[in-house]
Amino acid sequence: MADLVRHAWLVARKDLYLEFRSRTAITSALVFTALVLVVFEHGRDPTAVATIDLAPSILWVTFSFAGMLTLNRAFNAELENQALDGLLLAPISRTSLFWGKLVANLAFVAVVQITGLLLFTLFFNVPVWRVWAPLVAVMILATVGFIAVGTLFSAMVVRTRFAELMLPVLLLPFLLPPLIAAVEATVKLLGGRPLSEISGWLRLLAAYDVTFVTLATLLFPATVTE
Amino acid sequence: MLSARDVSHAYGSLRALDGITFTLDRGQTLAIFGPNGAGKTTLLKVLAGLIHPRHGTVQLAGGRRAIGWIGHQSQLYGPLTVVENLLFWASLYDVPAAERRTRADELIGRLGLGGQAQQQARTLSRGQAQRAAIARALVHDPSVLLLDEPFTGLDRVAAEELRRLLGELAAAGRATVLVTHNVEEGTELASDIAFMRAGRFVAFGPRAGRDAVSLAASYREAVGGG
Repeated sequence: MADLVRHAWLVARKDLYLEFRSRTAITSALVFTALVLVVFEHGRDPTAVATIDLAPSILWVTFSFAGMLTLNRAFNAELENQALDGLLLAPISRTSLFWGKLVANLAFVAVVQITGLLLFTLFFNVPVWRVWAPLVAVMILATVGFIAVGTLFSAMVVRTRFAELMLPVLLLPFLLPPLIAAVEATVKLLGGRPLSEISGWLRLLAAYDVTFVTLATLLFPATVTE
Repeated sequence: MLSARDVSHAYGSLRALDGITFTLDRGQTLAIFGPNGAGKTTLLKVLAGLIHPRHGTVQLAGGRRAIGWIGHQSQLYGPLTVVENLLFWASLYDVPAAERRTRADELIGRLGLGGQAQQQARTLSRGQAQRAAIARALVHDPSVLLLDEPFTGLDRVAAEELRRLLGELAAAGRATVLVTHNVEEGTELASDIAFMRAGRFVAFGPRAGRDAVSLAASYREAVGGG
């Protein structure tokens, strides 16, 4: 177990360092996030639909697609010079490799979501700070399972042609349950409803996370073994 | 040290390996010559454990940790410097933290990469990248070297340097399997020779002092090419 955690951290740290050096995926995702929020801010009519009704959907659509942008990079860096073969040849378990990639992806998505939430607050003037703790809980729970599935699919499609097109096509059906749950919970939170009203959605998100993190962990070795 | 016994593998209905059997001891170098599509790289991947053969067994003293892989792709991360690459791979192979830097510096010096140590791997020339790839493959002091067309793209001087280095490594007791389609490239290094066609060894035995010219004639006769 100690080896698994240590090797996973080595892989995650390497990915974070590579991204820090190149800043390709994170910059794209941040620019995308800012652009989408700006477009929605200027493209809506506040007299037709109340901001508070529209804002949760805008927030989660932005998070979801920005997350997909960061997922594309997960295994692309491993294709350059066939480094993936080197990782598979190294005396580390496939599970370590998956968890390392998952942790790095979650870190990238966290940066994008934190920046997105700040911009969202700035543009839409919704009472986020009043409910920041439960909102962060929703963000974490809605992200972990989705990113686990995305990391798995990213490994599956990376050696295929049109990998960047394949990933969203495969991922979108799996994105719907956490997306719907996250939007519903965020609507209630920003609407000032009691926390008891979102507990069902949180349980659904937690169940999704446990199920899909477990499944992705179990299936990952088969996706990278020829 | 390394043995394959009746190893067979297929991709769908295409038979890639058919009954490969050999044993390799310390200091021996087996050069496998064959045309494109003969199954050479598949055999190396089976020996490395990257592919599980459909039939037969591979035994390797020391497991995956004992393997050093040098291919025509460097398996280096472009945004990382040469030193950072070596330190990453050393940590993945559990080289003690106190030894990593010393070993990386020693290999960099030995391979004449002193001027490129702090250079990003993506900026290296083909010859420099190949030398860095050799350093990467040796950083955990492997006892078995698997070489997949290691001379591809190297100029005459760089290829001669690589031959000299591989000779030194074999003399130091490492077992080596070298695959290439070019008889002239690997002959001098080999203690044993195999000609491969359609997944099978069509000739196999000690080199017994034969030079590249006489082997090339035998190769043409056995495989039907040059």
